[in-house]
Amino acid sequence: MTALEKQAGMFDCRKAWASTLEALASDDERIVAVVNDSVGSSNLGGFREAFADRLVNVGIAEQNMVGVGAGLANGGKIPFVSAASCFLSGRALEQIKADVAYSEYNVKLVGQSSGVAYGELGATHHSIEDFAWLRALGTLTVVAPADPWETEMAVRWAAGHTGPVYLRLSRMKVPDLGPDASGQRDFTPGRMRLMRAGSDVTILASGTMVHVALMAADVLAAEAVSARVYSAHTLNPLDETAILEAGAETGAIVTCEEALVSGGLGGAVAELTSANRPVPVERIGFQGFQTTGSVAWLFEENGMTPDGIAEAARRAVSRKA
Amino acid sequence: MKTQREETQSDLSEIRAKASWMRRRALQMVHAKRLGHIGGDLSATDIVAVLYFGVLRYDPKTPDWPDRDRFVMSKGHATGVLYTALAAAGYYPKEWLDTYMEPGSRLNGHPNRNYLPGVEANTGPLGHGFPIALGIAIAGELSGAAYRTFVLTGDGEQQEGSNWEAAMTAGHRQLSKLTLIIDRNRLQQGARTEDTVGLDPLGDKYRAFGWEVTEVDGHDHAALLDALSAVSRGSPRCIIANTIKGKGVSFMEDKAKWHHGVPNDNEFDLAMEELTE
Repeated sequence: MTALEKQAGMFDCRKAWASTLEALASDDERIVAVVNDSVGSSNLGGFREAFADRLVNVGIAEQNMVGVGAGLANGGKIPFVSAASCFLSGRALEQIKADVAYSEYNVKLVGQSSGVAYGELGATHHSIEDFAWLRALGTLTVVAPADPWETEMAVRWAAGHTGPVYLRLSRMKVPDLGPDASGQRDFTPGRMRLMRAGSDVTILASGTMVHVALMAADVLAAEAVSARVYSAHTLNPLDETAILEAGAETGAIVTCEEALVSGGLGGAVAELTSANRPVPVERIGFQGFQTTGSVAWLFEENGMTPDGIAEAARRAVSRKA
Repeated sequence: MKTQREETQSDLSEIRAKASWMRRRALQMVHAKRLGHIGGDLSATDIVAVLYFGVLRYDPKTPDWPDRDRFVMSKGHATGVLYTALAAAGYYPKEWLDTYMEPGSRLNGHPNRNYLPGVEANTGPLGHGFPIALGIAIAGELSGAAYRTFVLTGDGEQQEGSNWEAAMTAGHRQLSKLTLIIDRNRLQQGARTEDTVGLDPLGDKYRAFGWEVTEVDGHDHAALLDALSAVSRGSPRCIIANTIKGKGVSFMEDKAKWHHGVPNDNEFDLAMEELTE
């Protein structure tokens, strides 16, 4: 039985996000949440009950929301600005650039229901461009956790880190990935987690794609192809050393993300490897605007499945010099 | 011990002297670099001088003092007035002004808080400063802090929708320690505001959003001092400061071309003669 089939063991990471934020807020009164009427979609009902004053709802006004976040940081607070990532990253992009990243204010942006979580609602509500947009803002750390534990670690790290952060969360259920390939659990932004050792091909996966990539590695193992799998949770700063080493050691790379491959993880890895140590790179993700459809259907259509990723790995291996 | 009256008189004469110096120095900077936004610098000079030398509580030696009053310059292009004010207030040596927009200078074409002490926000794109000031005021309210927050926008800038998002939230929250000042010179970069997208009745709009509105002559130091020092009765305050773009230089006054016009040597000499200290 694959991890995907163990429905009982699947988790909505918003719970880990919300419970972690509540725990942090009870110890540190500087922590505030800022929302665009997104209390429910951000799973912040409990936070509002516990810390009513510290839940700043600016109404449906994303530009204002991000500017208010910067101002709260100026006033000594640690604001977690939480909204559906399509609106947060798109509507308020100039505020994220100028007020948060360029100003280097201590603001934590939390993009909820990222990727195609709102599948049927269509491309206006998909957030697949955010990696490309936000990775370009050099001072902004961009993290996409893959499971409830990574989510908790990412939220804790963000609260303690001084500087602008974008946490890209999903409401899509994922399994708890457990310890890494060495039996450890260590979460350090900017350092990929090696989830499975392998020598023939490297699969770099982000967020909701990590557990799918692990299933793809099972498919490949049945064909005697040894796949190395990383949780590439941090898009900026990229773990350049580990990526280049993995490329050199396995000779081929596949990237998997619930985002546009141009400008996203796929784009970042292609830039890095082509400029340093070129290896075949196959990129799994979206190529452009998506039509309406369930998440499962959109994943299937775009090869974001164990078989699709395995096929990309075969292509990458076949392209080795 | 000075009487209240003497205190005010001495404030006003200091403000007058600082404003005069700021105008001359801003003009020198724009003339020397052949870049800048002198029209909006001159329209905002009296407002900014009254704030820094009559209203705000700050310590230039401790720019991050948590209880400082905040001033957010939302019309970030008016660096001539902001940079001269911060220098005159003692945040950095006046000699730094000689590096205005030089390659790699801390005195960027638009302000950067990480380059210069005293800058609260990296503004430039319009409609950003007001929401930031709103966040600062909310932080103060949550902390029970005593500081006040002031934000200055241009009047053309009021066409940016983000201002009205902030106006709505501030009115809803009744943030009495937040003051918005609008530099109402009635000109935007290419034409009159009312011929572009009209703003009037601007005061009524803010009243409808739950704000206390005061209109003043934005070049009358005593009136500005009164308006900016006044304490709200429980709502945010909007000061519409009626100003003249290019104020103080006769041939620049109320002319759109001086939004970012640069004086030639002859015009510079004429202007400096008019801006006698």
